[in-house]
Amino acid sequence: MITRRRVMICAMVALVAPAVTMAQHVRTDSADRAARGAAMPRSSAQLDSIRADSVLEARTTRLAVQLRCAVCQGISIQESPSSLAREMREVVKDQLRAGRSDAEVKAYFVSKYGEWILLAPTARGFNLVLYVLPALLLIGGLVGIAVVVRRWTSAPAP
Amino acid sequence: MNWKRALLAPAIAVPVIALFGWGLTRDPGYIESPLPGRPAPGFALEVFAPGTAPLARPAGDSIHLDSLRGRIVVVNFWASWCLGCRDEHEDLTRTALAYADRPVSFVGVLYMDQQPAALKWIGEMGGQSYPSVDDPRSRMAIDYGLYGVPETFILDAQGVVAHKQTGPISAAVLTRVVDSLLAVPTGAK
Repeated sequence: MITRRRVMICAMVALVAPAVTMAQHVRTDSADRAARGAAMPRSSAQLDSIRADSVLEARTTRLAVQLRCAVCQGISIQESPSSLAREMREVVKDQLRAGRSDAEVKAYFVSKYGEWILLAPTARGFNLVLYVLPALLLIGGLVGIAVVVRRWTSAPAP
Repeated sequence: MNWKRALLAPAIAVPVIALFGWGLTRDPGYIESPLPGRPAPGFALEVFAPGTAPLARPAGDSIHLDSLRGRIVVVNFWASWCLGCRDEHEDLTRTALAYADRPVSFVGVLYMDQQPAALKWIGEMGGQSYPSVDDPRSRMAIDYGLYGVPETFILDAQGVVAHKQTGPISAAVLTRVVDSLLAVPTGAK
């Protein structure tokens, strides 16, 4: 019984110890970074480049959520941790950095993978069915219910 | 009135069942590639596995697609971790040798892999007759709209994608497509 308890305690220590040291690493890391940030005065050029980076990052994310990860099941290259998705995201960023528009980047992926690569199909041609049919069914259903309800309420029971 | 109602059920059910039945005959994993019929994306990548004589290219050489214009090019994406690549390896390496004296080039492209592991794999598989290049950031793979490995693209002498194979390719398919492209008069040298 005692040995069993000892084993349990050892196991718990073994589990907790790495977590504690890791937490310490994180703490020193962030403390370091804060110190460095405070010590480093930033020029307006640096601030501009940081701003440009964050704009680029935001545009990349906005496009990446619309593009399907080619090796996954129905998730975007933004959400997927797979290496191909990561590289595809890099391609998006590279092309945006090179001055391409959002539409051009999407067109690039469509030209390689087909329209399948877009998570939301473009509302054009046969695809319109996808967008219009639910609304039509909803209206049809409402009309159907209205007709049935009127018949139930107006017709006297035989 | 009743026979109308009796007809209604099959009138709805039959098309739905037919639609599902048609769906069952289709492979949900199959996605049509827009590449066949279009010019193949260019590439210039470094050889890491030289291949064997007479098809060898020294490691470190770079292979440009432009320099292969006028030849039929078989581009095969592979990786040492890919099981399907084992199935097709012998067919590819043998077919490449069979066309050694024709205007046909085979190029292997390493996908998401480490060169040492890939070289070890080639050793285990008994060698690869044609050279392989590395695509370390998968730019070529994305340019070719790759879903996975193995995938094989066969380009005609004008550099247009004539055939795309998803999954292992056989010697029979390789021979059929390459022969049909060699038979095109403008394709010869």
